[in-house]
Amino acid sequence: MSNLEEKIDEAKKLSMQIVKETEADRLMTLSVGPQHPGSGHFRFVIKVDGDYIVNVDPDPGYVHRGHEKMCEYRNYFQNLPQLERPALHDSSNILYSYCLAVEDLVGINVPRRGQFIRAIASELDRLVYTQYWLAIYGIFLGHSTMFMWPAGDRELIIDLFERFSGHRVTHCFSIPGGVRNDFPYNFKEKCLTQVNYFEKRLKEYEHIFYNNPLFRQRTEGVGILPKEDAIKLGVTGSVLRASGVPYDIRKVEPYDIYDEIDFKVQHMKTCDSFARSYIPYLDMIESCHIIRQLLDKIPESGDVRVKLQGNMKGPPGESFKRVESGRGALGYHIVSDGASRPYRVKISTPSFRNLIALSYLLVGSKLGDMPSIYWSLNYWPIEADR
Amino acid sequence: MDSNIELKNENILLSVSSEILKSITDKFSNRIKIIYDIHNRSKIMVEPESLVETAIFLRDNFGFDHVESASGTDYPKEEKIEINYHLGTYSNSDLLPYVLVLSTKVDREDPKSNSLINILPSVELFERETYEMLGVYFIGHPRNERFLLPEDWADIPPLRKDFRSKGR
Amino acid sequence: MLKELLDPIPSNFNILVSKLGDMLVESLEEPLGYTINWGRVFSLWPVHLETSCCSVEFGAASSPRYDVERFGMLEAFGSLRQCDLIVVQGTVTRKMAPRLRMVYDQMPEPKYVIAMGACAITGGMYFDSYNVLPGCDGIVPVDVYVPGCPPRPETLIQGAFLLQEKIKRSKIK
Repeated sequence: MSNLEEKIDEAKKLSMQIVKETEADRLMTLSVGPQHPGSGHFRFVIKVDGDYIVNVDPDPGYVHRGHEKMCEYRNYFQNLPQLERPALHDSSNILYSYCLAVEDLVGINVPRRGQFIRAIASELDRLVYTQYWLAIYGIFLGHSTMFMWPAGDRELIIDLFERFSGHRVTHCFSIPGGVRNDFPYNFKEKCLTQVNYFEKRLKEYEHIFYNNPLFRQRTEGVGILPKEDAIKLGVTGSVLRASGVPYDIRKVEPYDIYDEIDFKVQHMKTCDSFARSYIPYLDMIESCHIIRQLLDKIPESGDVRVKLQGNMKGPPGESFKRVESGRGALGYHIVSDGASRPYRVKISTPSFRNLIALSYLLVGSKLGDMPSIYWSLNYWPIEADR
Repeated sequence: MDSNIELKNENILLSVSSEILKSITDKFSNRIKIIYDIHNRSKIMVEPESLVETAIFLRDNFGFDHVESASGTDYPKEEKIEINYHLGTYSNSDLLPYVLVLSTKVDREDPKSNSLINILPSVELFERETYEMLGVYFIGHPRNERFLLPEDWADIPPLRKDFRSKGR
Repeated sequence: MLKELLDPIPSNFNILVSKLGDMLVESLEEPLGYTINWGRVFSLWPVHLETSCCSVEFGAASSPRYDVERFGMLEAFGSLRQCDLIVVQGTVTRKMAPRLRMVYDQMPEPKYVIAMGACAITGGMYFDSYNVLPGCDGIVPVDVYVPGCPPRPETLIQGAFLLQEKIKRSKIK
């Protein structure tokens, strides 16, 4: 009898042990790596407990090419092509910020027609970037029409870029001192036609994408970032404006001729993923209004450039300038010691600043919501790695 | 009329920024140094020991709640590494375009500095990158680890001036 | 072929059968090889591995204007065990290099590699960076080089045509 009791006790102890072991390794570590249809050039390691995400560890650096070190071996003009590449499809904005910082350091004023041309190129690039972002969003959520329509419509604007700069994506058009060349003959009428047709096409996106019940269910109420946390984490761009803070550098610290242009800063108070995806679309419509005003006010003729020497020496000092790019506030901090090469260049990109919100937002949400939260943060991995 | 409004705004900003600098110098008299103060930008230099105190003072009294950029610069001739924090504000509506640069210099041989992560949580990834690229150890930061470089990096921190790129 | 078989007439039955087998393989080799190659050429599936910034132009190549899907190259969003083409898009950094080799090793035979962009060919403008490899042909064997920075989508399609010509000329084992 005692033998049997002993055996039953032993069996009970063994079964309790098995239950404890399976509870201990309930957490599973997944590596959403660089070869993944849902991650881009970026890897993050997540720990899941069933369906809920418990821990997120981002692992960037797969495209870290050392731009800041390379800037110290090239002079101010030779730096332009290599500084374009982090934000390849938004290249006018990333160069605009560099040009403003260098002009601040050297202390020159760009002629008025040059300022208008730079602003038009910057707004057109904002359109091109946001269309690419929407296209990839469509792929992540499995909506392949949303890949085809923006990818096709963006070619309308790329045609305009080919007209005045000769290249599709990396134009290297805004340089310290102004712009390289003037607009070609008859550019104004062509630009107006393309932008008007583009805006008509934009209105149709509401029907297939933003009013789509599946998209709404996947993004409404998902990934809430409250206002105080958004301010504390220091996020920027559409992520900040979706949490109710109407901060846009073109209004707060207007550079060039943005203080003469009339536009609204789009912001929403719902703080969820849907707001973060809707605000860039509203920004695109605002950009179309801005382009029309700029084309209206541009002076008919004039200089577009202040000729600076190719290997000019920057006076000793520092400068820090920011620009509102497609993703947020892009800043350059340039330190110079009197030589023809900058002493230190620090690029503060919006993707790097928004990366901190990824670990904050994904913890506690479901695994299926991961693509819609991750891509709504407007994160471009090449820019964050530089 | 437009230019009048512009001038008025500039005057307000200049007066606000000089007010900030005046109150800082009143409180911390000889422990800080003002490097420059131009349109919308000023820079102050503090000793490494009073960095945390100054940051708390700036956050509580003027509303500097986040950091726009944070990094370091290597000065091998002076044997110092300079750490810069570009502070900005989203909540104080008088100071929206203003960026204050808070900087300090640490020794190049054994660079250690107090971390501002408990005061301004947005410096977390910037300080981690500065650790990796320049070798500055931040006391109080939970993860002083490699971030962007490959896992098998076995050289000196790349942004130092004695790290020469190949062929240059 | 028949002449070979009949003169001299083999006395052994086994040798006759093996000679018949050789004749069959030789006669079928050309049309069968042509069919298999034709099937491979018009269904090249690239792996979804974005190495660097040329991925923007690779994505634009699938857009409605430069539609590369009509040639069979649709981006396969399944696993990489069913793909046969890897397009090295742009700079290969030292952190990405082992992953690229791992992905290449896991693909089934026959597999092809297109090196896209100046950075994948020789390192491009990042020749003096501390984290960039001078070209990707040290890691994976490259079939076609597509130059440009970034190459236009039409250049990429021309590179795909060159790869198709190369496949058509190859022999089936």
